[in-house]
Amino acid sequence: MTETATPLWEVFIRSRSGLPHKHCGSVHAADATLALQAARDVYTRRGESVSLWVVPSAEIVASDPDDKGELFEPTGTKIYRHPTFYIVPDDVGHM
Amino acid sequence: MYTQALNEKAPSRDANAPPEDAKMLARFQAVVDAEDKIEPNDWMPPSYRRTLQRQISQHAHSEVIGMQPEGNWLTRAPSLKRKATLLAKIQDEAGHGLYLYSAAETLGMSREEYYEQLLSGRAKYSSIFNYPTLTWADMGVIGWLVDGAAIMNQIPLCRCSYGPYARAMIRICKEESFHQRQGYEIMVTLSRGSPAQKAMAQEALNRFWWPVLMMFGPSDKESMHSADSTKWKIKRFSNDELRQKFIDATIPQGQHLGLTFPDPNLKFNDATGHWDYGEIDWSEFRRVLAGDGPCNRQRMKARQAAEANGAWVREAARAHAEKRRQRSAAAKIAAE
Repeated sequence: MTETATPLWEVFIRSRSGLPHKHCGSVHAADATLALQAARDVYTRRGESVSLWVVPSAEIVASDPDDKGELFEPTGTKIYRHPTFYIVPDDVGHM
Repeated sequence: MYTQALNEKAPSRDANAPPEDAKMLARFQAVVDAEDKIEPNDWMPPSYRRTLQRQISQHAHSEVIGMQPEGNWLTRAPSLKRKATLLAKIQDEAGHGLYLYSAAETLGMSREEYYEQLLSGRAKYSSIFNYPTLTWADMGVIGWLVDGAAIMNQIPLCRCSYGPYARAMIRICKEESFHQRQGYEIMVTLSRGSPAQKAMAQEALNRFWWPVLMMFGPSDKESMHSADSTKWKIKRFSNDELRQKFIDATIPQGQHLGLTFPDPNLKFNDATGHWDYGEIDWSEFRRVLAGDGPCNRQRMKARQAAEANGAWVREAARAHAEKRRQRSAAAKIAAE
């Protein structure tokens, strides 16, 4: 196939106002306008969306899964960051 | 569903490939065993990647080719309601193909490469779409049985160990239910209609019944389906288990329509609680899968023509995007 590849875009959908945009898949399109139209056709055929984002896939910077331990495990030992770590006397009631 | 060819042979293993790292492999299997998901950038055995590339793309190709038999009746749907429904269903099939290509691409192979495999005939798609749709009743049978069989196969795939595939399947299953119900509604309408309409429904069922049963792939006795797929939690039920589940669910629906199934050996087995059924003609299955079904050439030709005829549109869109990019770059320089 000699044709140039059509760029890839990641699609994010806000399903209701008040909720954050959530990744739902990807589309191929030559530019942003076409990417939005393709995303609408592919991912919102049943009222799934009130807002759409499309982002060039190549522009996304992701953490390396191999660094998972180094990046995220240290927080696992910091249980004192959670409210349940602290004991409040029963007779104080709900806090 | 639609990944019958997987049962044909296991993906070839590259003899020169370095042995899979035992430690990585153990970690991978532990994640799978814990019913956790494997995500695109995670380490995975090359054979897991190849199996998924094949399975997901075959599934995508089937959705795309699957638009053709139904497209055949779009201009001749009997009412505006049926036409709108059929159009929506065909758009869904396109959407399902695109969700799946999108999932397949996360495995490090481009959309263009997957297309090329389909267009060159190297990749397979489901045998069922190589049968012609001769009457309007076929639209009913396809929704009721073909999509019904697909749902049976796809529901376990929602729990597949590969995250992007599982997520695509969840979306697909939600939409597939509409497909089955609209098909059954067509069957209900026809079988309560005039004697000619009822006969048309029966004739469509007669033609599609056996090819639909073949959708589940070869019997477990012959299937080379890999222990690997089961171990990796890609496949959760065997072909025969799924076929039996489908038959058990479908027979009462057919009886409700007052239609009969073209299998003299179909009999409820009180001992097992399942329906016994006759032998499937596996030579037909192999013939159709190998490219010699009633419509294989027609389907491939239509797909190749669609790709070729769309080339100028893709080229124009890219040229337009490039022109806009250059203009905005020039405007930026002028402004500075």
